[in-house]
Amino acid sequence: MMDLLNILLSESFWAASLRIATPLIFGVLGALICERSGVLNLGIEGIFVVGAMCGWMTVWLGSGLWGGVLVAACAGALFGLLHAILTVPLGLSQHVSGLGITLFATSVSYFTYRTALPNVSSPPRIEPFQALDIPVLSDLPFLGPVLFQQTALTWLALLMVLLVWYVLQRTALGVAIKAVGDNPDSVDAQGLSVYGLRIGAIVAGSALMALGGAFLTMSAFDAFFFGMVNGRGWVCIALVIFASWRPGKALFGALLFGAFDALQVRLQTEMGALVPGQIFLMAPYILSIIALVIAARSADYPRALLTPWFKGQR
Amino acid sequence: MAENTVLKLSGLSKRFGSVVANDDVSLTLVKGEVLALLGENGAGKTTLMNMLFGHYLPDAGTVEVADANGVLHALPLGHPQAALAAGIGMVHQHFALAENINALDNITLGSEPLRSLKRNRAAARAKIDGIIERSGLKAPLDVPVGQLSVGERQRVEILKALYRDARILVLDEPTAVLTPQEADTLFSNIRSMITDGLSVIFISHKLREVLEFSDRIAVLRHGRKVGEMATTDADEAKIARMMVGADTPKVARQEMSPGAPVLSLKNVSVSGRSQRETLDNVSLTVNANEILGVAGISGNGQAGLAQLIAGLVQPSSGTIAVDDEDIPKPTPSRMVQAGVGRIPEDRHHEGIVGAMSVAENMVIERLDDPDIQSLGLLRREAIADNAVKLAQAYDVRGPGVDASARLLSGGNIQKLILARVFERAPRLILANQPTRGLDMGAAATVGRRLLEARARGAGIVLISEDLDEILGLADRIAVIRDGHLTEAPTNNREQIGLMMAGAAA
Amino acid sequence: MIRIEPREATSRTFSVGVPVLSALISLAFAAIPLLAAGANPITAYGEMFKGVFGSVFAVTEMLTRATPLIFTGLAAALAFRAKLWNIGGEGQLYLGAMAAVAIGSGLLDISGILLIPIIIVLGAAAGAAGMAAPTYLKVRFGADEVVTTLLLNFIILIFVQMMLEGPLQDPMGLGWPQSAPVLDQGMLPPLMDRMRVHSGLILALVLAGLAQFMLARSVWGFKLRAVGENAAAARHAGINVNRSLFGVALISGGFAGLAGVSEVAGLKGYLTADLSPGFGYTGIVVAMLAGLSPIGVVIAALFIASVFVGADGMSRAMGVSSFLADLVVSVSLLCVLVGGFIAKYRIVRSGKAGATT
Repeated sequence: MMDLLNILLSESFWAASLRIATPLIFGVLGALICERSGVLNLGIEGIFVVGAMCGWMTVWLGSGLWGGVLVAACAGALFGLLHAILTVPLGLSQHVSGLGITLFATSVSYFTYRTALPNVSSPPRIEPFQALDIPVLSDLPFLGPVLFQQTALTWLALLMVLLVWYVLQRTALGVAIKAVGDNPDSVDAQGLSVYGLRIGAIVAGSALMALGGAFLTMSAFDAFFFGMVNGRGWVCIALVIFASWRPGKALFGALLFGAFDALQVRLQTEMGALVPGQIFLMAPYILSIIALVIAARSADYPRALLTPWFKGQR
Repeated sequence: MAENTVLKLSGLSKRFGSVVANDDVSLTLVKGEVLALLGENGAGKTTLMNMLFGHYLPDAGTVEVADANGVLHALPLGHPQAALAAGIGMVHQHFALAENINALDNITLGSEPLRSLKRNRAAARAKIDGIIERSGLKAPLDVPVGQLSVGERQRVEILKALYRDARILVLDEPTAVLTPQEADTLFSNIRSMITDGLSVIFISHKLREVLEFSDRIAVLRHGRKVGEMATTDADEAKIARMMVGADTPKVARQEMSPGAPVLSLKNVSVSGRSQRETLDNVSLTVNANEILGVAGISGNGQAGLAQLIAGLVQPSSGTIAVDDEDIPKPTPSRMVQAGVGRIPEDRHHEGIVGAMSVAENMVIERLDDPDIQSLGLLRREAIADNAVKLAQAYDVRGPGVDASARLLSGGNIQKLILARVFERAPRLILANQPTRGLDMGAAATVGRRLLEARARGAGIVLISEDLDEILGLADRIAVIRDGHLTEAPTNNREQIGLMMAGAAA
Repeated sequence: MIRIEPREATSRTFSVGVPVLSALISLAFAAIPLLAAGANPITAYGEMFKGVFGSVFAVTEMLTRATPLIFTGLAAALAFRAKLWNIGGEGQLYLGAMAAVAIGSGLLDISGILLIPIIIVLGAAAGAAGMAAPTYLKVRFGADEVVTTLLLNFIILIFVQMMLEGPLQDPMGLGWPQSAPVLDQGMLPPLMDRMRVHSGLILALVLAGLAQFMLARSVWGFKLRAVGENAAAARHAGINVNRSLFGVALISGGFAGLAGVSEVAGLKGYLTADLSPGFGYTGIVVAMLAGLSPIGVVIAALFIASVFVGADGMSRAMGVSSFLADLVVSVSLLCVLVGGFIAKYRIVRSGKAGATT
């Protein structure tokens, strides 16, 4: 019991929680934007892979780190655009299209990586984002290591939470996105473009998802591995429901998840002898399912989610 | 007169596939008048207005709208934005409101640039308050629209149009969801807006309100304009004849004495997810050879009553008995076995499986029947024979019994459902909005079939929002209001209207 | 101006033409990554063809690869017919495989005539259980089965690893995370001498035929179709929707479990954590290409198996990454989706009408 308390009070635990939560924050926000506009984006898992691969490869080819971030976001946006075209004007099954995007994005990434690096045994490394060292703040007790020794991408993720919240809550664009996800006719009747809003939301959301992937290869690790995304995208889809499509709750959900994951790693080292390590590896996925089951009952889905809308067919 | 014209539609035509929705329709609207656009369901009224508003692109024809100075300009078609900019506001029958945002946001949606980072809500609120004051259209602005009543939502819809400085307001069946009294208020609001310089087109198929509230009447039939007159020159028989193309066939209804009870509900409550699905301590008896009409404003528990009798919900308290036999845990199949025939409200969504064949839809309620299956395998010949027989007997027309049911017209889908239900000679029939959306011919068929079933000895629960339909068919009338069911002492239209509004106990 | 109008009826040519065209387009599309990888597409296609049809051995390899895809394709096709989104074929496959080695590797040392059916039934049961759980969560709590089945795939795979380092580990395996082999008499008999193609294929074909028949001709199939096409109407008509969903969940999971059984008891002989290169996910593509028809699944599985086996051969001969096969498969899924749109709607150009400039 003391051990658990020690873990929960340690700086490294909370720093790790935030680090683990970072890609999920990007992913949940991205999925949230898509779903708020009425479109489920199951391409998320593949878009994570694309972001991870493109970000890493851009830097490996000689660009700066932020160049990598930009390329990752653009690549994610591009796959998002494909999903948007298939599901919005064409109104195709969002489930199948999303899974198709995931398969397509993943295989494009793997093929590109394999083709660029045919014969490497160990994945080449890049110099990743370093922890920000902010004078004074970074030296604060507890808060310093937890908040102010994170990498710039973690800060970008937190900034995105604020930005998405502000846009949804305070701008005409946000109102329009919420409206189009509830009743596209309301937007159409007021002369706004349902297609434009939805496509825009999916593209923007997908770019955010790709940043989650980029964090993996450019901040959490320094190389690209096959299978490194490992279901994080699906976890985000579960967390959006848990977060009831609100940015603040999304942050909370991602942090909760990150904390749990960080805890499981630490418990594993403490109790590794007693329990097979895989129990801990399973925990995050089981936690996601539990979160989903808890949230599902009261989930207030965007009313138009999964329903295609065609112009001129009221 | 010409210089007062604010809107001129010329030669508008529109086809959907092989269906001609509008054929060469021309219409003018004069400043400050109320024009009633009248026609049966499917006559093309809504299509015409949707073309005017840019939701549909006409195949041919032009629209001209007067600017603030009264000069007519051609309106670019197929662009709602252009229609809005020209001062045309439309209130759809199905409200185009987002329920997760408040009325203020719904009203201002689209009138602010999406790029701007800040919104000027104070200015918007001031403008809306001004409109509310002038028009009398009161609605809460800061509550999510999902929490507003139907009447309030309709006012928000009209406010939306007025906020966009509409000079021409189109109302599509505005009273369909209102009590007669609410409807009166709406029309008096419209009167006060007209003195403000507004011109109004309202779509309706209710002769009474058209005669009472319009200045001029235009009648559509089968997509064509078949007549136009000043309201002062019109009378009910004349416009009904125009709408139908012949004198309305009156359904012959003979008096019968009711038999034994076939349905009795005792103190039944249903806790539904919303008001429309909730019943509160309802008791009711329906006898053989009797039609009980259930009148009420949409959303007052009709759905709950229908779901209960259809077996789709369990009562939270009380008992339900069919033919004096208690049904403790009703399910759809138990109700069918007990001899209940169900005509669902939403025939496309609940009545048929559109992707399956007409023949399959005709046997979907009797899959346990050994005539239909043996040892778990379908008897395909028997199913096909049954379909051919029923299609003939009930005049179900379409591309054939093997074609997908979704390819049938609305009237033929209803006939398919009637065939399925009536063929089993049910003891009790639940008919929920059985004629909604049907043309007069198909509606008359439904009425005739219900009366035939009554003559045969069935008891019928007829739920309808069309009071005239109930007055025409029912032996007794009950009014549903807030989940309560109260029997009407008389068949007096005024009194039933008051009961629907909850004004009289 | 361009508008989209639904077609009044979808012609039969589309239901065959769309998948065939999608397959061809996705193959043609492969030229782009081939060129990017510096390979001559014509040669590459030649190598691919040779890799599948160049010898009897090549053809049997393709059939061997198609076998699990038929099972997982059927699993997806039947579930999707009922609008039950079983994306958990991968996990259910491993559950079936686990059950097969748990029983078949010595727990029951009995005659093959008994052992093989027991392995098959219990393997299917394990897969069925793997789909019953998320279906229960969906029906009882409204938890979206897409997400739960996806997450279960990861949970089950980790569970497999745990078992392979624990109770199921082969004591003779020198510490490798792999199971003890299935007893010889428990193995599905091979179909040809010295070839890997095994009688799991026959089982897959028989079950595909049975599924096709039951879907079209049985009351069970009628209910399943009704529930999938319009659950509200099915419920209104007295069909027990939840029971139908559970029924199809069990059968779908069972098929996926059989894919695992057939891989360990037909091909590999033992279980490792890399038994399946994503057969569960590829099964979804197979089902979509098949238009969710069981017989179509067989054809689509043969096509996709050809792509994989052909790409392997091409990869060996020309050094182009065999991830090309995954690319082709994913593109074929996207193509068939778009094709489905073209079959359902037509795009109408109405340029002149209403031009009032």
